Formats: sequence, structure tokens, C-alpha cells
Amino acid sequence: MRAGIVLFPGINRERDMAIALEHATGHKPRMIWHAEAALPEIDLVVLPGGFSYGDYLRCGAMAAQSPVLRAVRDFADKGGYVLGVCNGFQILVEAGLLPGALLRNASLRFISADCHLRVERSDTVFAGRYQRGQVFRAPMAHGDGNYFADAATLDHLEAEGLIAFRYVTPAGEATAEANRNGSARNIAGIYSENLRVLGLMPHPEDLVDPLAGGTDGKPLFDGLAASLGA
Amino acid sequence: MQREANQELAQEFGLSASEYAKVLEIMGRAPTLTELGVFSAMWSEHCSYKSSRVLLKQLPTKAPWVIHGPGENAGVVDLGHGLAAVMKIESHNHPSFIEPYQGAATGVGGILRDVFTMGARPVANLNALRFGSPDNPTTRRIVDGVVRGIGGYGNCVGVPTVGGEVNFHPAYDANPLVNAMTVGIAAADRIFLSAAAGVGNPVVYVGSKTGRDGIHGATMASAAFGADAEERRPTVQVGDPFTEKLLIEACLELMATDAIVAIQDMGAAGLTSSSVEMAGKGGVGIELDLDRVPQRASGMNAYEIMLSESQERMLMVLRPEREAAARAIFEKWELDFAVIGRLTDTGRIIVRHQDRVEADIPLAPLVGEAPVYDRPSTETAKQTPLNPARIEDRLGLTRALERLIACPDLCSRAWIWDQYDSTIGGQTVKRPGTADAAVIRVEGTPLALALTTDCTPRYCAADPEAGGRQAVAEAWRNLTAVGARPLAVTDNMNFGNPERPEVMGQFAAVIRGMASACDALKFPVVSGNVSLYNETQGRGILPTPVIGGLGVLEDAAQAVGIALRPWLDLVLVGPTRGWLGQSLWLREIAGREDGPPPPVDLTAERAAGDFVRAQILAGAVRACHDVSDGGLLVAVAEMAVAGEVGARLSAGPRDIPSHAYWFGEDQGRYLLAVADSGTLIRAAEAVGVSAARIGYSGGQDLTLPDGGTISVRALRAAHERFFPSWMDGA
Repeated sequence: MRAGIVLFPGINRERDMAIALEHATGHKPRMIWHAEAALPEIDLVVLPGGFSYGDYLRCGAMAAQSPVLRAVRDFADKGGYVLGVCNGFQILVEAGLLPGALLRNASLRFISADCHLRVERSDTVFAGRYQRGQVFRAPMAHGDGNYFADAATLDHLEAEGLIAFRYVTPAGEATAEANRNGSARNIAGIYSENLRVLGLMPHPEDLVDPLAGGTDGKPLFDGLAASLGA
Repeated sequence: MQREANQELAQEFGLSASEYAKVLEIMGRAPTLTELGVFSAMWSEHCSYKSSRVLLKQLPTKAPWVIHGPGENAGVVDLGHGLAAVMKIESHNHPSFIEPYQGAATGVGGILRDVFTMGARPVANLNALRFGSPDNPTTRRIVDGVVRGIGGYGNCVGVPTVGGEVNFHPAYDANPLVNAMTVGIAAADRIFLSAAAGVGNPVVYVGSKTGRDGIHGATMASAAFGADAEERRPTVQVGDPFTEKLLIEACLELMATDAIVAIQDMGAAGLTSSSVEMAGKGGVGIELDLDRVPQRASGMNAYEIMLSESQERMLMVLRPEREAAARAIFEKWELDFAVIGRLTDTGRIIVRHQDRVEADIPLAPLVGEAPVYDRPSTETAKQTPLNPARIEDRLGLTRALERLIACPDLCSRAWIWDQYDSTIGGQTVKRPGTADAAVIRVEGTPLALALTTDCTPRYCAADPEAGGRQAVAEAWRNLTAVGARPLAVTDNMNFGNPERPEVMGQFAAVIRGMASACDALKFPVVSGNVSLYNETQGRGILPTPVIGGLGVLEDAAQAVGIALRPWLDLVLVGPTRGWLGQSLWLREIAGREDGPPPPVDLTAERAAGDFVRAQILAGAVRACHDVSDGGLLVAVAEMAVAGEVGARLSAGPRDIPSHAYWFGEDQGRYLLAVADSGTLIRAAEAVGVSAARIGYSGGQDLTLPDGGTISVRALRAAHERFFPSWMDGA
């Protein structure tokens, strides 16, 4: 799998993502500067976490207007695989590649804590190494992760099986308590209609090493490497 | 209208009559407004350390592993493997009272720049916070602003905030303390320094534009507050962590080349201190053309440009032939890059603005003849020792424990650290609350750094020398408790008004205590910061010498945390006398704040710590926690809550009253969870360290020797109650 990480000014989890991808594939991903108008030959585009453009205006809003995003949109339109994590998810939503919006956390505070995610379907290139219904842990670190969409959109996401992960208790229940940022229907991550674009708020890339707290996030990257070729 | 520089204005700028006389002597004429601004900033307490310098010299600063001690932007310590740790702590106390969010945020930004200025990528932030009484209505607003500010800046720049400490005391009601620490990693042979060199070399300004914010901030931070503190808001800087992130990346990219001769961040006193210090250290002259300084406000005069403390700016001296390549890097990161001057051989700083020479000052006396004061001091009176048997235990162990672990000084800090990104970078081995020190792996190596900040101000107030010694020992102990070898200290000396002899007495005694501990523990001070005049309307803070400690583990996998596991023996290492003086039990349960603080026996401290570390590295220890605030029973409870496992405790020695044994704060002690206590205790005895089994872990309850029982779940609920209910509750 040839992966490329897009570098916007102010993103800050590109190194974490690169380490996780290198762990899974055995080689370093490409780094793609935001001013590039074309993507290199790659199988997966990753929009990493951080504070692109300082979160000024609105999280992800300015990055969504950058030249490279036009190339990412073309790539996705042609069936390319795109992963957006945290700020990357916010950018995908701002760019219209995924529906809905990410609002301020319900607590109006930044939340840095582990959450538990339930895998809502495992027949995708992203979740293939998880089981459906499996619960895994991932750190969340965001101020604006409160997923919002109108009822019709949420119903559509559910009906079409486009919800990737939900915030749950360690036992797998989607309770209000487990939903710390207040997301609609406990949604932590969603797929595009063709299941090739995934956006999620928590950071599986920060749990790929037993020393750093666990390997709960590793199957996501191993699964990608297995599906898209090492 | 530009004001005339005279004695009256000098006084307003914080210069005494004798200091102004010295300015006149050096200049041989009346200074211009800009010159007076430069002198007053450079000679402010904040920049010159004029009250503390004599005393700071007593601190040990050398060890074979120290690459750069005090005097640079940050301290540098050799980690082996060709790597160095760069560390520094700095206060942002005064601004954080006036404007808590920006005060704290820019504190983080400033300390980050001190570290990446030296060529290091910042890998961890810590902080040490002191707030007023929770009952004071302003405290909640200040806590909220400071925590949001630290998180807002640190989270955005993408450096994990991994540790820190928080205390409350009415002495901080109008003078909260915000001390921010950063640690970075650099190649040991690629450290960048600030001494300018090379006559004719370009002086380059990079980063944000200069505005009218923070003008004379260093002077503001060098005076006590009156009733008008709120009106000082214009002296507080405004931070932009987004620009800082770009500046980090651009500087590190440039540092990978050979373009930089010298570099320094524009911190306190902005362009003034950076240009004066760089040229002064290098023994050269410097000429600045202020028309070339990127500005975001229009019509700024020379005085304002020189004294602005706008954030996210750096000053560099470059090799002339690399200027174009350097400019390209900063343009790529969309940051300002401007050649604003040249180095000269005149030994003078000459500042031009709009075709006028606004300042022309000889550097040697400006830097070298800064005033130094050996201020009068009086010793703090010793407190009468307490007899624990004569202090009545009205509550019993269980209820006292429940109350103690719920009190603001001992309760869970999760509400705070849940607002700080502690995992970014993917190298955090021990997160906040899981171990006595934060543990961060050095990316791409098996090495790990252990980091802590420590101080017990109530000890320092009762006996400054014992308190200074204890602060160093506790930091050393916290590093040891995770298995790390303690390497170095960065200190943040927070005190009241040094012109009061009792405050100078505290300062002098704290330094004596710190020096003795740093010597005995081979734990040198490599950088630091002094914050004086933490005083409002004549009321000062408790003496608060915060110790930032750095240690190293050769193998990150060997680090241990505090979480108890089931069916292990609990072993107490170190001697217990039942010292209640200045303990939290005494304050929270008996309602008294008296007695001398617990003494630190440095020989015993060293022996116990070296033993514990050796046992951890030998793999014999499953969990380890130092026994500090709240004493032994609180330590057991914290381990139980962290591991969600209960314990059953045996009775203490008969000759110590039960409450004194379980809540006394005797120093030099560790609580270990081990599989085989017999072997460990024999090993301790063999090296002359006292060790005793005090119980074992297991179940869901904590069972005390007096028969009392409390569930771990109830302990946890009590422990976690305070912050959420105080901050977010009704």
C-alpha cells in the first residue's frame, strides 16, 4: 500500500500517523504539501489530525479550500481510498466528502481521554481486521468532535450502514455517558456512500504500540495494508 | 506625543534613582525614550535577576552529563546515544492573574520557544499551578482560564502535556502561579546557542509581526500589584499557537542546514533583550533598522517596537550566503522573514527608525553593569515540634481518609488533564495520573524520559531551608519511583517582594536547602527562572520553589506506574516516625497549620531511592508510589484507585499513634507492590534501607487495621468529586 499524508499548516498528528502506517506497511508514507495541485501515485490519502490553519474561522474550513483538496476530491471521485482522522474528518466534512458537521463538544471543553468504539461493520478495507460489534479503545483529543447532521441524514447513514464506529461503554453499549462529546446517535466515524472514504474523530494511530498504552488501533492499519497490499 | 526621558519617567519604568544615575553615567547624557526603555527592561528584575543572582550562584550546576547549564535559553543534558534533552521552566504568574487564558497560553508558548531555539523538537510540556482558595469567588474563573489557556496553546502546537501539579491556598488568591515547563530532544552535537558572531552578518527577524501588545511586560512582572492590577491588561501578550507551530517547523527545517550562527527567541522585553543579549554574549556590536521590522500596528515608534512583547518571534544571525535559502524556508511556512540589521565591531547597539538614531548604547556596561543587589534578609522563625500523641484523632482512619483524598489538594486532577492532549506524538508511556512521573519514550529509541514538577509550599513557608531541600528530594523521588535515573533540575523560584527582608530570608534559605539536596543527590540545576514580586497590596505568596525534574530510563518498558494489581505484597521502604507537622491531615482534619515540616535525611533519601530504582530495573516491582502529601494511607488509596483493586493493611508499630503512622508525612519513603516481599526486604536490609510489609492487595475494598472498610469504588467517587462539582456543577 502506498499511502500519502497531506500536510496542512497547523496539522500536528502527521508523525503519529506516519509511524502507524510504517508499522503496518514496513515503509514510510509519502508526505504531500498542501500547495500541491496533484497527488502522487498512491492507494490511500490520509488527512491527519491537528489544527489546520489554527482552527481559525471553523475547524477544517480553510484546509477544505486548499489546492490539494481538489486533487483529493478527484481521487475520491475516482474511487480512491481516503482516511480522515480528527481534523482530517473535519476537513472531509467541510469539503463535502462526508455529510454532517462537527460542532463544539457538548461540554464546551477540549476532551483528551480514551474512549471505546464499537465497530459497526467490518466488511470495509478500513475495518477488515476488526469483528463487527467488537469494541476497541482509542484516545480522543479534540474540542470540536460533536457529530451533527439532520435527522434525515442520520437515518440515511444508519439505513445504508454508513456508520463506521460508535462511542460505547467498554461493554459495548451506546449510552449517553459513553458519548462524551455529545455526538448525534453516538457517531464517532462515518463512511462515504462507496465505503472508500472514512472519517473519524478518535486516534487509532496513537494506540499501535503496547508501550504507548495498547495496540487497539493497530488492526485498522494492518487491515488497510492487507486490503491495499503491503 | 513622545514623552521626555527623565528621572520621573525612569521611576515609572521601574528604575530606582541610583539606577537612573548609573544610566546617566554610562550614557554621559540624558537617554532618549527608547534608550531609557532598553535600560529599564534589561535592568528589570525579570531580565537582570538583580536580587537573586548572588544567591543563585550557590546552586550546583555541573555534572559529567550536563552539556549546557544556566545561561543559555534552556539547559541541555546528555542522554547518550548521541541525543540530548533540552529543558526549561518559566513562570507567567503576573499576566495569568490579569488575563488567565492569554497569560497561561503565552507562558506555554514562551517556554516552547526557549527549547526549540536550541535546536530541539519539543516532546513534552508540564506545568506547576498554584491557585487561591477554592472558596474565593475569583479562583474558579482563574482556574478555568488558566487550564483552557494551557490546553488551548499546547494542544494546538501538538506537544503533549504530560504532567504537572496543582495546589490551592489563600496566599495565592491575588497571585496565582503559572509555571510552564518544556522538554525537547536534540542531537547532542547540533545545539544552537545565542552568542552572535561574525561582523557584517545579517540579523534576521522571523515569525509574527510586531504589535503594541505586551509593551513593558517584563517591567510589569518585576513589580508587586496594587489594587489596579486589572488595569495592567495591555501589558499582557496575546498568543497564536498556530503561528508557533509553523515557527517550530520552519526553525527545525532551517536548523537542519548550516545557515544559523546564533538564534534566540524574543521573549520578555522582546527585540530589546534578544538583540542586546545576543550581541552582548558574542562581544560584538549590533545595528538595527526598525523600519524593516514587520509590523501589524501602524505608527509604532521606536520605543514601542523595541519593547513590544508580541509573541511567536525569533531573532537569528545567519551566514550571509545562506540568507536566500533561509528566506525560502520561512516563505514556504508563510512566516515573516526580514533582515533588520547587521553585526558590527563597535560594541554598541545602535537603533535607527525613520532616519533617526533612536538609541546608541554601549553594550558592555548595559549588560555587564546591570545592578546586583545583596538585599537584607531575615531568617524565618522555627516552628515548635509537635507531639502527635497530643493531637487528638477525632475522625478515625476511614473517615479521615475519605475526607483527605477528596480535598482540593489531594483529589483527582482528571478534570484538568482531560483538557490537555497527553497522547499526541504516540510516545507517552505513562500518562498523567498513572505514575509518579510522566514517562515519554524518545521516538525511535528504547530510551524514555521521566518528568515531574514538585514543590510543597506549606513546608517552605514553615521552614524555607527544609522546604527547599524537600522540593528537590521529592522531584528526585518521583523520577526514581518510575525507575528513572534522575539527571537534572530546572527550577522556578516564585517568591514575594524581595525588598522585604523576610522574603529575601525565605529565598536565601530555600536556595541553601535546594543546594544541599542537589549536591547530595547529584541532581544539578541546568536552567531556571526567578519570579519575584508575587505580591498584591502587601500580601505575598508562600515561598514556592518549583522543581522541574528530568530523569532517564534506558528501556522505556521498565517504567512502573502506581496502579495496584491483585494479590501482591505491599512493602513500605524508608523509615516512619509519624511526622504530623505541616501535614495535610493536620490541616484538613485537625484544622491546624503548624509545626515544622518533615525533615529530609539526604543520606537515607539517596540510599532508599537507589535501592528502589535497582529493584524496579531488576523487574521485582509491579507498582511503586512515593509517600508524600497525605501520608501512607493516602498513598495506598491512590494506588488502589488507580488499579481498581483493594488491599488489606496490617497494624503499624505500637510506639506511633495510628493517625500519625498512617497520615504522617515522613520523607524518603516509597510504597511498593511486589510478588515476593521476603526477598525484597532482605535485599533492603543488606544495603541498610528499612523496609516492612504493611499488607497485601486484592478484592474490591480497602480494609484498615482498625477494622474499618471502604470500597475502592467509594474511594474513587470521593477522589473524583471535587473538580467537576466545583467547576461544572451548580
